[in-house]
Amino acid sequence: MSEAVAHGHLDDGQRGHHPRLQHQFDDLEQQFESSKLGMWLFLVTEILFFGGLFMAYTLYRIWYYDAFVAGSNELDITLGALNTAVLIFSSLTMAMGVRSAQLGHRKALVNWIILTMILGMVFLVVKGFEYHHKYVMHHIPGAYFQWDGVNGNQVQIFLSIYFCLTGLHATHMVVGLGIMTWLLVGAIRGKYSPQWYTPVEIAGLYWHFVDIVWIFLFPMLYLVNRHAH
Amino acid sequence: MHTQELPRDNYLTSGHSLASWLLTKDHKRIALLYLISITAFFILGGLMAVLIRIELATPQGDLVAAETYNKVFTMHGVLMIFFFLIPSIPAVLGNFLIPMMIGAKDLAFPRLNLLSWYIYVIGALFTLYAVVVGGVDTGWTFYTPYSTTVSNTNVLATGIGVFIAGFSSILTGLNFIVTIHRMRAPGLTWFRLPLFVWAHYATSIIQILGTPVIAITVLLLALERAFHLGIFDPAFGGDPVLFQHLFWFYSHPAVYIMILPSMGIMSEVIACFSRKSIFGYSFVAFSSLAIAVFGFLVWAHHMFVAGPSVYAAMVFSFLSFSVAIPSAVKVFNWTATLYKGSIQVQAPLLYAFGFIGLFTIGGLTGLFLATLGTDVHFHDTYFVVAHFHYIMVGGAIFGYMAGLHFWWPKITGRMYSELWAKIAAVVIFVGFNLTFFPQFLLGYLGMPRRYHAYPAEFQALNVLSSAGASILAIGYLIPGIYLLWSLTRGTVAGPNPWNATGLEWETQSPPLTENFAVTPVVTEGAYEYSKREMKLV
Amino acid sequence: MSHHIATKGLYVSIFAALMVLTAVTVSAAFIDLGAFGFSVALTIALVKATLVILFFMGVRWSSHLTWITVASGFFFLVILLGLTLTDYLTRGWSTIA
Repeated sequence: MSEAVAHGHLDDGQRGHHPRLQHQFDDLEQQFESSKLGMWLFLVTEILFFGGLFMAYTLYRIWYYDAFVAGSNELDITLGALNTAVLIFSSLTMAMGVRSAQLGHRKALVNWIILTMILGMVFLVVKGFEYHHKYVMHHIPGAYFQWDGVNGNQVQIFLSIYFCLTGLHATHMVVGLGIMTWLLVGAIRGKYSPQWYTPVEIAGLYWHFVDIVWIFLFPMLYLVNRHAH
Repeated sequence: MHTQELPRDNYLTSGHSLASWLLTKDHKRIALLYLISITAFFILGGLMAVLIRIELATPQGDLVAAETYNKVFTMHGVLMIFFFLIPSIPAVLGNFLIPMMIGAKDLAFPRLNLLSWYIYVIGALFTLYAVVVGGVDTGWTFYTPYSTTVSNTNVLATGIGVFIAGFSSILTGLNFIVTIHRMRAPGLTWFRLPLFVWAHYATSIIQILGTPVIAITVLLLALERAFHLGIFDPAFGGDPVLFQHLFWFYSHPAVYIMILPSMGIMSEVIACFSRKSIFGYSFVAFSSLAIAVFGFLVWAHHMFVAGPSVYAAMVFSFLSFSVAIPSAVKVFNWTATLYKGSIQVQAPLLYAFGFIGLFTIGGLTGLFLATLGTDVHFHDTYFVVAHFHYIMVGGAIFGYMAGLHFWWPKITGRMYSELWAKIAAVVIFVGFNLTFFPQFLLGYLGMPRRYHAYPAEFQALNVLSSAGASILAIGYLIPGIYLLWSLTRGTVAGPNPWNATGLEWETQSPPLTENFAVTPVVTEGAYEYSKREMKLV
Repeated sequence: MSHHIATKGLYVSIFAALMVLTAVTVSAAFIDLGAFGFSVALTIALVKATLVILFFMGVRWSSHLTWITVASGFFFLVILLGLTLTDYLTRGWSTIA
């Protein structure tokens, strides 16, 4: 049996409900921690989502190492490294943004979000250049694939995995930019405060995760045995 | 004492417009939205089964062409697994009950909950579209390279439907985990939780960790089919077995998504109708977690003859034996709970008895399949079909029926006809065994699955199976009738017609939208039946 | 709400470390490390990811539940890769199957 509490703290009007407190939660802290846990659980699904592709990569790297070397060396290491730096920088700006929200610095938050978005867009533009180069070279897997050299089929597998991994990552970046836009609008309108900045926190978690995926993709795809060349 | 009238203010009467249902944030209304949807897909998947059993009543493939038959069993599998079994108990009973069982007003994320239903519906529509424009013939397992390069059926549409539906499952699991961690009422420690909650917690872990892998697998399948990538295509040096590894990494734990919630229901029903606390509560709780974790370590037992190395097969075979242990622990504990209990034979308990026997048979026959030598003989025969139907129907669906009946008075405020419920339970039990036991024998004798024609010597057993299927179909229709009838004509149930423990029974039936007028405070364990009457009220 | 607020200095230090590690991994790719090349690159990536998770994502100051959630994600990824590899790495071991 349970004892019903006569004055449940949920019903205590003297607490004063923050307009952002949803009815199913007792207080903002519970809501914040729940939202963070929810986002982390979603990110765990993302780990496993990319994980399937990581498994495909691992298998074919073992089986077709030479083809992976050839394919990897076709990628532009400068652009790849640049993009890595861009994303790491964007993680810094995002972390700074969350910090601004924690401190209630509205203008700083807006600026950090804008900076993060610019860096994200730079990443996508660079990626676009790389994809275009692949298109011109007929290195896109499928009906029009051409490869001068041996192991064409196996290189095509490498490139399939390359496009799936980077394409999936880029899709997540685009979604991330969408989230940032929404966040920016909210920040400009002054929606966030030190008492309630949950969307900034969980958007930040998402953004950092997308950065982490690239941290793995860069060496996996761009740095397979560069020393022979 | 039964009250004469339903309470005027409850979650069903607060808002009558379509919008109040389609835009609801109330976990109880969302549960009913799911109930309607999954029942519709159960009927559709069941119709496919009817076609299968009619075709298989004669040795010749004379009802439909072979290609059509391939589509029929594929759609049966896809619809039943992804659009009925996986969502069923969590999205209906889990959604309805978990907030109530923990003394909360709703789940942690009510809007995500509604979104999960819409995502389910969108995924379902894609799959329905695939059915309408001609179906898929790859089997629900979508093995490559047939599905990627050869099949000219609607693989893409079905794959998209399954991909989308997966997100529904993920959101449900996410919601449950956060809710159970963060929103328990004061005094409700982990070891005072009903085992139904433990079971759904374990299920949610599987949904979070496993579903993304089927998502990427189906995505790669679609991309390969659309763009001829070569990842799974031997012509390019791709490995079809890689597809199987990725597919089964989810699809094996998926069967635990289907059975764990049912096991949770068993604990509730058995405790209530033996008027005893569950024997070995913490063992049952931890066994749910063990099943969730171990379930991820056994997937390649679906692939023993597909080409993996025999050393890997040995590893997976051994691990598959070990995953049976926590399930056995549960069966022993439920049996020990019943022993010397004050047994009240109500319909939910009949389904529970059925569950214990049928799940045990299903589980034990799984050991034959986990053994490498015998699996070579049984793989792709009707032995496998019988095995998993004993678990999925004898286990999961019997549990679902037990739960639906047990909590029907709470959900609707009304009692169903106990006589007809008992009749239906017996008819379903008889029909089920008649349908599927012969299939063990057929498999042993060598009849392969997924064939619409077979050698004449298998006909007798097939006819028995098809006869059983007709009885089973009737058995399923009966609850449809009396449950619907009870909505307007059933006796008013009152808050706790079973005199059961659990926070959900301490409020009115049907509940208020906000569940509790005041937040409960919990001071004792989950199954304190010793402090209650031996008899039901 | 009492949430840990990191200093700007900490974030910039982590950023600097990440950039240094990126430079290291690029340089290492040009050295012939034989079979160890992949392990080195993977290790560096893991260190970078750990820095982002602990400091940028705040797991360093988060609840145990968050730690376990993150760890379980990676743990099951390892299961996916590891158990699948028990197949692929042993395929050539005998002529039985």
